[in-house]
Amino acid sequence: MLIDKYRSQIDTALSKYPPSQRRSAVMSLLHLAQQEYGAISGDSLAEVGALLGMTPTEVASIAGFYTLYLEHREAKRRVQICTDLPCALRGADQFAEELCASLRIKLGETTPDGEFMVEAVTCLAGCDRAPMFQVQDETGIHYYEGTVDQPLTAPRALEILAGLKARST
Amino acid sequence: MTEHVLLRHRDIPDLHKLEVYLQHGGYEAFKKAVTTLTPQQVIDEVKTSGLRGRGGAGFPTGVKWSFLTKDSFPRYVVANADESEPGTFKDRELLERNPHQFLEGVMIAAYAAQANTAYVYLRGEFWDVAAQLDASLMELRQQGLLGKNLLGTQYHLDVYTHLGAGAYICGEESALLESLEGQMGQPRLKPPFPADKGLYQKPTIINNVETLANVPPIILQGGCWYRNYGTERSPGVKIFSLSGCVNRPGNYELPLGATFRHLIYECGGGIVGNRKVKALMPSGASSTIVVATEDVLDCPMDYESVAQKGTMLGSASVIVLDETVDMAWLALKIARFFKHESCGKCTPCREGTYWMLHILEHLNRGEAGRGDLDLLQGVASQMVGRCLCPLGEFSVLPILSSLKHFRADFETHIK
Repeated sequence: MLIDKYRSQIDTALSKYPPSQRRSAVMSLLHLAQQEYGAISGDSLAEVGALLGMTPTEVASIAGFYTLYLEHREAKRRVQICTDLPCALRGADQFAEELCASLRIKLGETTPDGEFMVEAVTCLAGCDRAPMFQVQDETGIHYYEGTVDQPLTAPRALEILAGLKARST
Repeated sequence: MTEHVLLRHRDIPDLHKLEVYLQHGGYEAFKKAVTTLTPQQVIDEVKTSGLRGRGGAGFPTGVKWSFLTKDSFPRYVVANADESEPGTFKDRELLERNPHQFLEGVMIAAYAAQANTAYVYLRGEFWDVAAQLDASLMELRQQGLLGKNLLGTQYHLDVYTHLGAGAYICGEESALLESLEGQMGQPRLKPPFPADKGLYQKPTIINNVETLANVPPIILQGGCWYRNYGTERSPGVKIFSLSGCVNRPGNYELPLGATFRHLIYECGGGIVGNRKVKALMPSGASSTIVVATEDVLDCPMDYESVAQKGTMLGSASVIVLDETVDMAWLALKIARFFKHESCGKCTPCREGTYWMLHILEHLNRGEAGRGDLDLLQGVASQMVGRCLCPLGEFSVLPILSSLKHFRADFETHIK
């Protein structure tokens, strides 16, 4: 149960808001649930709801609205490449294609070992350092990007992903 | 400009650390406000500076603060750090590299509003930024800069982060408030405005990160000093996020009124491959696109001058498009963004963004006929003035303006 393992984080989340506004902590608690279980399951909806005085359906409406909450966990890590206009003008689409080809998958697919799911996402506020991507996993969400002088390449991105895989095994 | 007002971390290494920020005059403005000025005097100083909202709307900040409903408490201050507009990446640099100047601005705004609680609403992807801010806030509590009876006065204040979870619409202030209340991030009908009924139906000030980062230097050096920068009606400095087909994309701090030419060629090192510049998007993905004529390149980047060219300065996120960019492809990229980010609350936006994307996908696959361009124009035109919030209204601007100026780019895709 979340409440046993994350009591102090849950208390911290609740302490940010007035006592009559517990519902404000729903996003924090959903982030915690996803970190613990990898996705937002039916059980988490009930558990988070019980902590905040919300029905599982109300919690589901929040989990469904925001794109960072996942219904299923296809892979250990979601690799999310920004391919919006400013990044695309600096080669993000080709970068995404090359990275996927190196992993022998198509955009939106998961590698056979279940390590990485690669997808295109909307703007991540890193337009000047394109191409860039974020990785969403059990440790949270982290950015990976190059510099204007040394932009990220697909081979470099592959090295980064290999490093992440090695760290967890 | 030799010294930065906002991007000060570029002049001072490790400015994100509290001890370094304190060594360079950090929190002196907050101390000055709380111990020597009344809340009204703080508001008056910001009014004098002429500072205008840096999130896009350009509304005078001091005036916004003075709209708070009188004698109604508690009040809240909310910082909008939901930066998600394609082309905009200025707030992220401030949050990562100069976070204390921003936090000090939040704290001064809270004092001016007589609010005892402030929230920083961060987009969910800024996970690492939130962790860093949480650590900084903890240090401020330990130093006695946040908490009860601050600096020997009766004033209490605490500041908290709130992490979103992936929704561009939460940058719209009323959707942000809904999200902060634990609801789906869908905009509210206005009025009432947040200054009257905001967070938890209480009077609330909402400002963009960059706007708030301007406040400490204004309080320390005075509103008149701030007017040394910029133009009469658009005073001060601004961070211009330059992206697209330029050699050196990045954030550049310039006085308002610098020209597009200066930004693109002096700061940005010109166009990649020395190609010709074709068009500009001055306020990110939601811009009305302008043809990059010599006249437009020489246009001063202040709110009024850019509006005279038929577009908006907005958040000053300048996306540069060179002669090789196909506007039909660009329209598809933009339509895909807005379709994805439409919150679904109002029909014109929910349906309109869907159909604009559908037609543009069709067109870019070479499957569209001549009537489809008129259909696209029709769908976009019918959304104008009928959407609940600016997301819907702005989604048609790049589509309609690219069709108007670059119709030939679209026609080459017709079967």
